[in-house]
Amino acid sequence: MIRIEARPEAAANMVYAAPVIAVTLTMIAGIVLFMIMGQSPGVALYTFFVEPVSTFDGVTELLVKATPLTLIGVGLSVGFRANVWNIGAEGQLTIGALAGGAVALYFYEMEGFYILPLMVLASIAGGMAWAAIPAFLRSKFNANEILTSLMLTYVGLLVLSYLIHGPMKDPDGQGFPESRLFSDSALFPVLIEDYRLHMGWLFALAAVAAVWVLFSRHVIGFQIRVIGMAPRAAAFAGFEEKKLVWLSFMIAGAASGVAGLSEVAGPLGQIVPSISPGYGFTAIIVAFLGRLHPLGILMAALLMALSYLGGENAQISLNMPNAVTGVFQGMLLFFLLGSDVLIKYRLRFGR
Amino acid sequence: MHNFTIKKSLAALVVGGLASMGLVTQTLAAEPLKVGFIYVGPTGDHGWSYEHDQARQAMQKELGDKVITTYVESVPEGADAQRVITKLATSGHGLIFTTSFGYMNPTLKVAKRFKKVKFEHATGFKRSKNLSTYSARFYEGRYVIGHIAGRMTKSNVLGYIASFPIPEVIRGINATVIAARKVNPDVTVKVVWVNSWFDPGKEADAAKTLIDQGADIILQHTDSPAPMQTAEKRGVWAVGQASDMSKFGPNAQLTAIIDNWAPYYIERTKAVLDGTWKEKDTFGGFKSGMVKLAPYNKKMPKDVVDLAESVRIAIEQETVHPFQGPIKGQDGKIIVKDGEIIDMGQLLGMNFYVEGVVGSIPK
Repeated sequence: MIRIEARPEAAANMVYAAPVIAVTLTMIAGIVLFMIMGQSPGVALYTFFVEPVSTFDGVTELLVKATPLTLIGVGLSVGFRANVWNIGAEGQLTIGALAGGAVALYFYEMEGFYILPLMVLASIAGGMAWAAIPAFLRSKFNANEILTSLMLTYVGLLVLSYLIHGPMKDPDGQGFPESRLFSDSALFPVLIEDYRLHMGWLFALAAVAAVWVLFSRHVIGFQIRVIGMAPRAAAFAGFEEKKLVWLSFMIAGAASGVAGLSEVAGPLGQIVPSISPGYGFTAIIVAFLGRLHPLGILMAALLMALSYLGGENAQISLNMPNAVTGVFQGMLLFFLLGSDVLIKYRLRFGR
Repeated sequence: MHNFTIKKSLAALVVGGLASMGLVTQTLAAEPLKVGFIYVGPTGDHGWSYEHDQARQAMQKELGDKVITTYVESVPEGADAQRVITKLATSGHGLIFTTSFGYMNPTLKVAKRFKKVKFEHATGFKRSKNLSTYSARFYEGRYVIGHIAGRMTKSNVLGYIASFPIPEVIRGINATVIAARKVNPDVTVKVVWVNSWFDPGKEADAAKTLIDQGADIILQHTDSPAPMQTAEKRGVWAVGQASDMSKFGPNAQLTAIIDNWAPYYIERTKAVLDGTWKEKDTFGGFKSGMVKLAPYNKKMPKDVVDLAESVRIAIEQETVHPFQGPIKGQDGKIIVKDGEIIDMGQLLGMNFYVEGVVGSIPK
């Protein structure tokens, strides 16, 4: 018989080793997977993880894909450390994109340096407003924020659907549900001519730096960590839990809103019915893979982005099915959760 | 004599030059053309993407070692599309088919950057020198199906599962109800919008709701076989979408509208191989074979089969147009006058329901 029992003391160093172990195990399992599929494991791994970033174009595309994941992941990590479970970043992203996009469409075919800052502010306000609902319900009625924030995601997507089939629809678009293309003044400038890498990446890096400072230098960061690790102690110390719930949701809402805007004003250049392929949910995995540490999240976002690019590359070069991408992401998460369990618990064989 | 030698050697040079150029073009021609496809769903959706992939395989088979085909499946219609299309262009693909409406602007952007690559975008309306568009007149199939449904329904309620309120889908609903009311003026159509092209769970729920509301024929403009399976379970009729779904509803399926892209893919790939490819817009129906119907259900009475076939042949021979007046709107006002055919702008941008559709278009 096998039992799982708590370790007397969690292996502290292993917290940061776990992702490395998970990635290594994923690679090993990947080699087995490729061999079963009749591919040379060396070629397949190269195609999956090296070739996509072997060109300058590839590197910039990796950063484009990692931008929303980094922004949202860093934003969510604040709440996750304080045991505030905001699962609704996808909805906050959507409303942020709509608010910022609405500004862009309002100033359609106009020029001005003020348009872009207004869009950024609107997207922050939009994301925050959507995050304020679960924050209010949690702090006022103690409603479970996992449920409220998740369900608001679907409401947010329906708001998008309503607007894009109605008021925001391109009048010259032959009835198709897409907005007008944003004017040049309403687009995020690209960082390098002829590549898609845009200003949103700088926002992502700024968010990483800001959250890093918050946790390492600021008293609020300290309070958040205490609340997450020892809620009763925090209460005795007089930390206001409600204030930190609000703060967590506002930071995540703002970051998600900007992430949404950096999609519509970045590579998309317009509002479309599917702004995000689930970045708000993938970012949750990214946040935990990165150990809720800003730099870790940055690395995790790059790794996750690479798995998408690699999956496409494997389809194009090796005719592998798209499911391989999903299998890789699933294995990564599985091994990470497995490692985490084994940090806190151990297996006992026999009675 | 001397002069002659020079002339001769010049001629030799010219001939040699030509020959070597010929040799060069020959080796170029021997190099297979790489043709890329991107699909919005998985190839196993048994609907839209499945049929595009079937056509890709048919084209590969027909043209053999002259082409190498590649596909990328489940590409979201967002920022990812442009990256994937660019990746196909930079990895040596000379012809790229982007097979969903949401790829329109990404395709246009990539086409601008890679002028030597030919692009083909399905169901869009933006073209450029190296970007063609193609779509099918699915409403021709819907018109035949409307005749069948009008005759086969006992409850006089048709259930219609729709994806997004875009002109193509609205056109299909209207063509169905116009035809059904020609053979049975009491027919009404109830529409459920699921806001997705492929969501088996939602599609099945929509089918159940419609059956509970009295619909005895389920029509769908979504891509999964879930509505067909629901109809089979509940013992009502259904019409398949995009491909023959009879194996999901052997008793339920009256027929199915089949998207048949193979002839078009073969024609366009050949055009690139011959160097005759030019930008154009294609809107194919029964006549060009782009739209087909699956074999009729054996339980359909002979007179219904005969009616359906006569309508299909009439459309093919262009003696009948599904949107020929009189066509009335939901409020009973005439939209297309008796004997006239709807103008192309109204047809392509259709944003109204005709008489007989219940409810309003979501805004």
